[in-house]
Amino acid sequence: MSNEINASIVLAGVGGQGTLIAGKLLGILAMNLGLDVKVSEVHGMSQRGGSVVTYVKIAPEVHSPIIEEGTADFVLSFEEVESVRWGKLLKKGGTMIVNTQQIKSLPVLMGQMKYPEGIIEALKDAAGDDAKIVPIDATGLSLETGTTKATNIVMLGALSNYLGADDEQWRKAVEEAFASKPKTIPGNLSAFEKGRTAGQA
Amino acid sequence: MKKIMLGNEAVARGAYEAGIKFVSSYPGTPSTEITEEIAKYPEVACEWAPNEKCGAEAAIGCSVRGGRAMTCMKHVGMNVCADPLFTASYTGVNGGLVFCVADDPGMHSSQNEQDSRNYARASKVPMLEPSDSEECRVFTKYAFEFSEKYDTPVIIRLHTRVSHSRSVVETEEPQPITIKDYEKNPPKYVMMPAYAIGKHVVVEDRTSKIISDVEADPEGVGLHKIEIRDTKLGIITDGAAYQYVRDALPNASVLKLGLVWPLSEKVIKDFASKVDRLVIVEELDPFLETEIKAMGVKCEGKDLFTLQGEYSIRLLKEKLTDEELPVAALDPAKLPEIPGRPPVLCAGCPHKGLFLALKRLKVNVTGDIGCYTLGALPPMQAVDTVVCMGASVGMAHGFDKATDHEDSKKTVGVIGDSTFLHSGITNLMNAVYNGSCITLIILDNSITGMTGHQQNPCTGKNIRLEAAPAVSLEKLCESVGVVPEAIRVVDPVDTFGCEQVIKEELARDVVSVVIARRPCALIPTGRAKKGIEASVDYDKCKKCGACARIMCPALTIDESGFPSIDPESCNNCGLCVNMCKFGALEKAEE
Repeated sequence: MSNEINASIVLAGVGGQGTLIAGKLLGILAMNLGLDVKVSEVHGMSQRGGSVVTYVKIAPEVHSPIIEEGTADFVLSFEEVESVRWGKLLKKGGTMIVNTQQIKSLPVLMGQMKYPEGIIEALKDAAGDDAKIVPIDATGLSLETGTTKATNIVMLGALSNYLGADDEQWRKAVEEAFASKPKTIPGNLSAFEKGRTAGQA
Repeated sequence: MKKIMLGNEAVARGAYEAGIKFVSSYPGTPSTEITEEIAKYPEVACEWAPNEKCGAEAAIGCSVRGGRAMTCMKHVGMNVCADPLFTASYTGVNGGLVFCVADDPGMHSSQNEQDSRNYARASKVPMLEPSDSEECRVFTKYAFEFSEKYDTPVIIRLHTRVSHSRSVVETEEPQPITIKDYEKNPPKYVMMPAYAIGKHVVVEDRTSKIISDVEADPEGVGLHKIEIRDTKLGIITDGAAYQYVRDALPNASVLKLGLVWPLSEKVIKDFASKVDRLVIVEELDPFLETEIKAMGVKCEGKDLFTLQGEYSIRLLKEKLTDEELPVAALDPAKLPEIPGRPPVLCAGCPHKGLFLALKRLKVNVTGDIGCYTLGALPPMQAVDTVVCMGASVGMAHGFDKATDHEDSKKTVGVIGDSTFLHSGITNLMNAVYNGSCITLIILDNSITGMTGHQQNPCTGKNIRLEAAPAVSLEKLCESVGVVPEAIRVVDPVDTFGCEQVIKEELARDVVSVVIARRPCALIPTGRAKKGIEASVDYDKCKKCGACARIMCPALTIDESGFPSIDPESCNNCGLCVNMCKFGALEKAEE
């Protein structure tokens, strides 16, 4: 695989699911490839179990850090409902990778709304031939490595099938992103491989 | 060396490279990480101050003594340190002095959308505005030189999108930390009328000197970028908005202002004369537009764009081009309606039990700034007012005064430990001094929670997690005159016990303080051991749903109506156990 990337990647999920770290890892990957990159995060109040999104833009030159409606090459949704919430960002010809985990939000827990059923089918129907929907059980695959905390790395493993960077670069980015917690590197590399296999086209 | 850095991290790096001696700040999203990152450079004295005014005054002191110093804050924090800012403008500096302020257009994590550029104009302090992480580093480093060259504090203004975006930075070697000599100089540093009158002249001269230097070298002294491309459309912009301009209008000519205050009429008129149509693209207030129009330059701005929220590539394309706008790939008509996902109080959050007690008591609650502001949302809906840091205490006092004490029987102020020390304590002193009967609840979770767990004067640790003297909230309250019997300490998980104590204190005809003490569930002292969670006794459960009403993210009701506890997220706090009248829930032994 060549290492030329020009991509806008959305990481959407629920506060605490590890989207920030995934964004940071993509930033390291891009920088190691000598590309320009911007990663935009939201901190503060929304992190407390709210809907969170991180934008990653990788190209020879990047200006705005924000990914807007209909312009994302990839949407990585860490949770089913979040894929619908942030789905409008996906551009025609784009790919959406959805973790099939469901996290009930407050209005659902309070019985004000039902958690929608059949989201994956609805996404496929809404995409038609305009986009590709790739569902994977990232949380389940992460748990196989002993923790649900590597869900984010499973998701990146799935993305690696579509984003032009070679294996060695991905591995290096994982190692650098977890350099401060070296004990977690083998588990994260294993999570990455599981995601890569599960997310194959 | 090339590194990818958060804008805030790059500000810290720039300050470090400039040989900064001291940073003192109060945390506030989106500015917090600047000070946290500086704390990682052991040679720099770095601290959390109890509030922004303390942070600013300590930084001013360091500067006057000869060291380079900085104080960082969110936009509303600048209101708190406006007093020292305005007069530091008159005294000028000895070591370079920087105020770094992060605005939050779109209010991702703020209570208002104020535009800090107004402070630069009002205080006559020069302001620099970077647009990405590398500019954060370069501008910050430059700000210290600029400060010393012109004998003025300098404000660096950031935006959420600059502070919280990572991009590539080219680091340089740091300059050594040097402390200049200090000489007594009352006419410079003692701002009483006789001296201040003379200093005001100096301030105005300084502004003129800066403007003429910028005119001589706009890109060097002013850090402006003058990009002449197609001259049919010219844009004057600053900060985060510059990035949207470059993406949406790649062929337009652009004057990107680095120094956004003071403004040089010549630089602006030169640029305006080169383009056919001039548009000002700036988020929030028409700050540049008003100034530019006052120069007699014809331009457009807020007649096209909004005063609210963040700008976007789409907005600029829509207003200034006839390009087709991108269309989403997914057909929205084929997607299901989805529930919202508002932020919630965490599993094990000590604020929950307290708010449940307040909800049952049906009291008026004057609230404050912190995670516990979420107590205003369902299911608690227990907070009536939120204005600014410390206002809960003052507003409860106002309720008392408006009703000749009557409302103090059914009104409580609610404030966190860090916010109380920030600016609640002065209000409490006022309430005692002026004969109020308020009941104040201090939610002491032993940390500054919402901004990401910073230490404060009552946590027993400093910014580098070294042991520090801890303020005793009980003794502090007593020292301002709260009578000892009216200072009560409760465990908020004991929600019914809390309710009883609050009831007793509401009835008391003097100021009362209830300290609801339990560490935040996300810090080591508040976290349960792994694999320990509450359990359900299915024989005793009557499926009444009382446990579910606490809205704990770790507890759901399964399909057969029984509570189900998620072992991954349960913090074994026992609030659900306390809510169950049938003894069907049980805490795990630790």
